[in-house]
Amino acid sequence: MPVSIKVEFLGGLDVIFESQRYHKLTVPNNEDESPIILKNLIDYIVNNMISDPKDVEVFIENDTIRPGILTLINDTDWELEGEDQYELENGDVISFTSTLHGG
Amino acid sequence: MVENFVKPKISQLCEQCHSRKAQVKRPKNLQKICKECFYDVFETEIHNTIVNNKLFYPGERVAVGASGGKDSTVLAYILKLLNERYNYGIEIVLLSIDEGIIGYRDDSLATVKRNQQQYQLPLEIVSYKELYNWTMDEIVSCAGIRNSCTYCGVFRRQALDRGAAKLEINHVVTGHNADDMAETVLMNLLRGDVARLEKSTTIMTSSAGSPIKRSKPFKYSYQKEIVLYAHYKKLDYFSTECSYAPEAFRGTARELMKNLEAIRPSCIIDIIHSGENLVLKEKKIKQQFRKTSPKKVINNENDKHHDNKHNEIEIRPDGSVSLNKGGFIDGNRCERCGYLSSNKICKACILLEGLEANRAKIRLDNDTSSDGAAKLTRTLEQLSF
Repeated sequence: MPVSIKVEFLGGLDVIFESQRYHKLTVPNNEDESPIILKNLIDYIVNNMISDPKDVEVFIENDTIRPGILTLINDTDWELEGEDQYELENGDVISFTSTLHGG
Repeated sequence: MVENFVKPKISQLCEQCHSRKAQVKRPKNLQKICKECFYDVFETEIHNTIVNNKLFYPGERVAVGASGGKDSTVLAYILKLLNERYNYGIEIVLLSIDEGIIGYRDDSLATVKRNQQQYQLPLEIVSYKELYNWTMDEIVSCAGIRNSCTYCGVFRRQALDRGAAKLEINHVVTGHNADDMAETVLMNLLRGDVARLEKSTTIMTSSAGSPIKRSKPFKYSYQKEIVLYAHYKKLDYFSTECSYAPEAFRGTARELMKNLEAIRPSCIIDIIHSGENLVLKEKKIKQQFRKTSPKKVINNENDKHHDNKHNEIEIRPDGSVSLNKGGFIDGNRCERCGYLSSNKICKACILLEGLEANRAKIRLDNDTSSDGAAKLTRTLEQLSF
């Protein structure tokens, strides 16, 4: 089953998503029917939501979320939830917040 | 038994209160804690920093350098909170600088104005336009984008001082955090800038060229935790990068730090610790002129020497200027604007003079670092019109 979730791009990160901070989206099933994990969402975002390919490196580094971006799964640090291996559930709120912009 | 109640795994419980779900992993010590305990430790650590370093005294009036960004927004919020909780007895005022950058500062100032309402604190805005008759937008169109941080830095330092003086306040607190601190240590280390390396971790500074002291209550607070705190508390902050290019070298140092932090989160606090404990051996020859011990009486001859040697500008790559190379002589004021300055003419006036003459060529001499990469980065690109 595809999962419907909310995704937030905060702390200035919205600039690479046409200045839209909040997105509702549905992550499609994996071809091999394996559970949909956060890694699938990241791939989905990179492939479908970042319009300018040059912006990908703002979001991704070495195949994962770039250091300096805070990833929260339902307000919990993703490090406590298994990072990109976390299994997505309907209604989850995933937020990505850049911590790098000026203070 | 309720069927659909999911009991959290034991490993997910807060390590502090053992009763709620852990939501934060503290970068400092990797402790897993819940939101409530996070607020508690985060606030208490800042309180301890303030008390241990005796940052404030009762009755003191303090200006928070407020940009509308995450750090200064959280700082204003926390200072107000701690002041009420622990009775510091300080009076807090927000002080903002309007550099005149359309599409950036005007938007962030709107955030500060909302904060003023939200926190019920007085706000003073000082603009470059009123102080210098130049906005940053005008400066950039005249002097080019490469020099923007230099101008902005020199002008901001003085603008904050002037703003504080206008409010009759002589203590400005800024939102510099542990990441900024470690980044600066790293940058000075990478440049071989030993003169600045030693001082870069001081929590309270008072430049001799200015009667206003500066302090950094967030010195030990991680950027990640500041952002988390702002996020959980739903604080209203502004997060857009300045329209003019940030310094390339600082950006690279920041990147390096973030990558180090990903592997070893404690490295930020470790770098600060290293910086704090670093003591330089004294330079014998050069130091004689710089040091002004209380016993040493400055005679006229020395004065002349100071003038010759120290009239030249030194602008740091982080945008600030060294105002005290030869020992500040009390009451010395800039001949043009009357602002406190150890030189005949203050840095801002020298930059302004250059702007007025429509030239952006500035010599950066009297550098504390030796020739090489460090000096090179400070030498600005020459522009011709």
